[in-house]
Amino acid sequence: MQHIRAHVLVCNGTGCKAAGAEKLMTSFEKWLKKYNLQDEVAVVPTGCHGFCEHGPLVIVYPEGTFYCRVQEKDVKDIVENHLYKGRIVERLLYHEPLTHEQVPDYSEIGFYKKQERLVLKNCGAINPEEIEEYIAVGGYEALIKAITTMTPDGVIDEVKKSGLRGRGGGGFPTGLKWGFAKQSVSDKKYVICNADEGDPGAFMDRSVLEGDPHRVLEGMAICGYAIGADEGYIYVRAEYPLAIKRLRIAIEQAEAMGLLGDNIFDSGFSFHIHIKEGAGAFVCGEETALMASIEGKRGMPRPRPPFPAVSGLWGKPTNINNVETFANVAQIIVNGADWYCQFGTEKSKGTKVFALTGKINNTGLAEVPMGITMREIIYDIGGGITDGKKFKAVQIGGPSGGCLPESMLDLPVDYDSLIAAGAMMGSGGLVVMDEDTCMVDVAKFFLNFTQSESCGKCTPCREGTKRMLEILNRITEGEGREGDIELLESLAYTIKETALCGLGQTAPNPVLSTLKYFRNEYEAHIKEKRCPAKVCEKMVGFTITDNCRGCGLCAKNCPVQAISGKPREKYVIDQAACIKCGACFSACPFKAIEKG
Amino acid sequence: MKSLADLHALREKLKKDIKLRKNEGTVIIVGMGTCGIAAGAREVMAAILDELAVRNLNDVQVRQTGCIGMCEQEVLVDVVRPGEPRITYGKVTPADVKKIIAEHVVNGRIVEDMVVGKLSQD
Repeated sequence: MQHIRAHVLVCNGTGCKAAGAEKLMTSFEKWLKKYNLQDEVAVVPTGCHGFCEHGPLVIVYPEGTFYCRVQEKDVKDIVENHLYKGRIVERLLYHEPLTHEQVPDYSEIGFYKKQERLVLKNCGAINPEEIEEYIAVGGYEALIKAITTMTPDGVIDEVKKSGLRGRGGGGFPTGLKWGFAKQSVSDKKYVICNADEGDPGAFMDRSVLEGDPHRVLEGMAICGYAIGADEGYIYVRAEYPLAIKRLRIAIEQAEAMGLLGDNIFDSGFSFHIHIKEGAGAFVCGEETALMASIEGKRGMPRPRPPFPAVSGLWGKPTNINNVETFANVAQIIVNGADWYCQFGTEKSKGTKVFALTGKINNTGLAEVPMGITMREIIYDIGGGITDGKKFKAVQIGGPSGGCLPESMLDLPVDYDSLIAAGAMMGSGGLVVMDEDTCMVDVAKFFLNFTQSESCGKCTPCREGTKRMLEILNRITEGEGREGDIELLESLAYTIKETALCGLGQTAPNPVLSTLKYFRNEYEAHIKEKRCPAKVCEKMVGFTITDNCRGCGLCAKNCPVQAISGKPREKYVIDQAACIKCGACFSACPFKAIEKG
Repeated sequence: MKSLADLHALREKLKKDIKLRKNEGTVIIVGMGTCGIAAGAREVMAAILDELAVRNLNDVQVRQTGCIGMCEQEVLVDVVRPGEPRITYGKVTPADVKKIIAEHVVNGRIVEDMVVGKLSQD
């Protein structure tokens, strides 16, 4: 046995894997062998660090040096210089975008400074495929503490006191939900973890499952003990193969150590967890549809009541929570509700993980205390808007959420403030949009998503979203009519009031919030037949400027022969023949074609 | 395992394997400049790692550094115990490693006759 003097942590989250992290693992092993360091340096695969924009990420301990965008060709450099000679490879360090400063230390990077990583604490810090590392950082303490020293009611009280609310979007108090399931009398109860993360742009649940699967299992088992269930299901989408693989490994390891299974720690409490892979329907994230899917039926929601706590999976009392909710439980049991309450606002305790995507410099995952402002998330953590463009809006909460304009940037983010502003927490996806975004087009995008994911069971959602989408299509195609806005609003409110499940009830939110904050853009489309952001192609014209060198590429690419001219002279577009497809715009090598 | 205490005992054992990722404990720094490597720094490093393994001191961090200019005195090895000044030993050979670890790292007694420099940490 030899003393391991350095750990090379290679991020193996899906983002970094896509960027080439798997090759790094084998490459590190190869080069370490060449320098005869294989016995003193350990290479450890970890989960996601959240800083996906800069992946693949490699962190070298004991120094804690943070290397970004590491490619296979860089591995030799890290092994030779850092691991063999002790010299940091400066060119691979993170550079702060504003100051251009090199930041060698993980914790000093702006992206991480304002974060409060409770749920994501272990993501990127431990090997998710080794239960030993999870136990070494305090794992399973909460479960054993709960089942050997606390009563089920004591557990529920602690969760109630912590103020934890459902992280899947609705924000229902978790302790209360557990209490309902506990009160239901039955010979059999179930715990379900909803990992059917379907919002476009949201990937925090996947990262937790991939980076720290045991934390979720532990939360589920504690819930099982509290409500009196001995069986749990994780409903995870089949598009998350890595998460499923790591969950399977985690369940196996926990069972082998007696931390899951029959009679855990001789306490008399047994808990078994199964994985059910979802087939990719967005509506299966709705709890009643999800349960139908587990039962092998078509994934469609049903009216509530009865709520799952009374009659859920196979008619038995069932408690369903989201991945991030379960991931919060263990730390509440170990540290106590009072500790947890120090984070967040009066009515929204703790932290929330947000997935930053869109026109933002640091795309990735950020966990922040509730009550932080949107401005801090976007500018301090997210590093601002790409290419120095101007911020226009942020879409929060996925297809169920809404768009917030610049005037709302200083809004403290929590469940209730977002609802009041016409958006919702949702699962925590944040899509940042710059000045080049057309808000009508954005609303159309999200409505198109919910419309095609509508299961078709109830009329308001099936027909209503279809009609709304038709109106949006015609507005963006320059065919908008007087009265369309009012018709959209009337349809939206009707769907909100009458749809069967959350999918339908929230589907009009993107339209309503853009109407609330960007009504003038709708009006410009309808009345002036103009797209202010110059996105809706049917409404923009193309002209050739004096930059034209007469290469003729535009004419070659035009599908309707609307462009003519002589070589080395300025070409002209016949506006009457032009179908505004934009092919010339993307074909021109001299940026000589103007949209407007 | 039957109780919380059993879990804690297991955790203490497992903790040592990842202690490296926390910034704490005693640090040994080996000079790995070209001069250091030429003078046998790799061999000294190997001896240090062996000795730490034999003594099961897996919470001691071993780091490297580049040349600090005292090439004549290579191989240079620094020992920093938490809250104590950084002690630099010069002309260290693999044979000296056992003594430095036993005296200084474990018992906190500086091996005075090998010291070439002292740096307070503030």
